[in-house]
Amino acid sequence: MANGERELPRPTPETQHFWDGTRKGELRFQCCEDCKNTYFPPRHFCPSCGSKNVNVVKASGKATLHSYIISHLPAPGFQTPYAIAIAKLEEGPTMMCNILGCEQTPEALIIDMPLSVTFERINDEITLPQFKPMGTN
Amino acid sequence: MERNAIAIVGASETTELGKVPTMSQVQLHADAALNAIEDAGLKLSDIDGVATGGHNAVEIAHYLGIVPNWLDGTSVGGCSFMLLVRHACAAIDGGLCNTVLITHGESGRSGLGRHGSSIFPSLFQQQFERPYGVTRPPTMFTIPVLRYMKDYGLSEETLAMVSVVQREWAGKNPKASFKDPITVDEVLNSKMICYPFRLLMCCLVTDGGGALILTKADLARDLRQKPVYIRGTGESAETPMISQMADFTSSAAFRVSGKNAFESAGISHSDVDHLMIYDAFAHLPIYGLEDLGFVGRGEAGPFIAEGCTRPGAKLPLNTNGGGLSYMHSGMYGMYALQEGVRQMRGTAPAQVNGAEISVVHGVGGMFSASGTIVMTNVA
Ligand SMILES: [Zn+2]
Repeated sequence: MANGERELPRPTPETQHFWDGTRKGELRFQCCEDCKNTYFPPRHFCPSCGSKNVNVVKASGKATLHSYIISHLPAPGFQTPYAIAIAKLEEGPTMMCNILGCEQTPEALIIDMPLSVTFERINDEITLPQFKPMGTN
Repeated sequence: MERNAIAIVGASETTELGKVPTMSQVQLHADAALNAIEDAGLKLSDIDGVATGGHNAVEIAHYLGIVPNWLDGTSVGGCSFMLLVRHACAAIDGGLCNTVLITHGESGRSGLGRHGSSIFPSLFQQQFERPYGVTRPPTMFTIPVLRYMKDYGLSEETLAMVSVVQREWAGKNPKASFKDPITVDEVLNSKMICYPFRLLMCCLVTDGGGALILTKADLARDLRQKPVYIRGTGESAETPMISQMADFTSSAAFRVSGKNAFESAGISHSDVDHLMIYDAFAHLPIYGLEDLGFVGRGEAGPFIAEGCTRPGAKLPLNTNGGGLSYMHSGMYGMYALQEGVRQMRGTAPAQVNGAEISVVHGVGGMFSASGTIVMTNVA
């Protein structure tokens, strides 16, 4: 049952590039020039080695369904039951997401199934990265 | 720090547990504190260190009329009390104070005098998890489990056995919220909360509290209760976001905290007579048994289902009935510590005969933090 608005991200200086990217249809990670670690969530340095020599990189958007639950508890802006999932990106990082364009059932949501990123526009400021089964629209 | 240098000399829960509409949260802290002071045979004026988690430590000290020499407000979720025991040992050993009171009170069910979350909000969680519909703990803590189930072939029936076995322990505890035996079918047919978790795989929500008093072991011998010595301790943290757990089948915080506790205590797994593993949800004892090293990876589900942790078996686990059946106000760690103390004093409702070493392992947040305490009644 929908009740109220879902909570939206409030970007910070360290994460602004990420949210600028999703608005343009890009999933952006950061890559360390020194140790080659690709990481998420964003910050101004590599959490693996501490280097500040990091670049923003565009992710492929290819992922697999790493784990999930199907929540039957009410949440603002969501119709129950809905899946809260973890996408594992081919670059390495994991991200929380919902699975769009797919029945929210254990039969339809198969662990390790391939996913691709999609973008859910919420308003002029915020577009959420989401995932859908690979090959669906 | 020397083993067994510090002892728990006072321990008590609140006068009432479960539904306590007559007390706000700060009074639950105070009720437990006064009970523990009485238990120890001490006076309020003997306390010179105050520690709590999930509540402003200044308010607790002021409410009790204590101007302390030492204060700790570490608040990392339900295992805060394991960390506070560890910190108190270091503070007493280092001469910062002499006698520490650690309190817990939580009006988890009635919500009286409760202000906000017991864990500080996380910057990243606000941006990268909350928008996807995570709300209360069942929507987060449960997320890694389908990964574990696929990697290790854990079935829903085996997961349900955790709840069944803990209810066997709860049946021996007159103070447990739920005491009637349950079956795997009843667990699997209880209300779906967050697939694959049903209601009976999730902890209770209650009101209550508990308090501990610690002092130097050489002073403990002259006090009212049989001292319970702190033999070893550990703590750690991994991530405030369940989505960023490095391995969904194992907690880094559990592994580090457990290893430090076992090594500082100088014990091996076969030395452990009694074990508490914080069970906010049915998978926690499975992760805990493996990450503490009692069994190999993927073996804990069958270990529990085969009865190795039930009453009378070789590794008595969660002997009060646990957060699943005994009591869970929100920050359960204090109740696990209380059961460890009862077992070491020989006063537990489901007493493990001859138990000399108890390991009490806690989780904070959603696999965010961890604390482990090794207690003994042998100096
Ligand atoms: Zn690096």
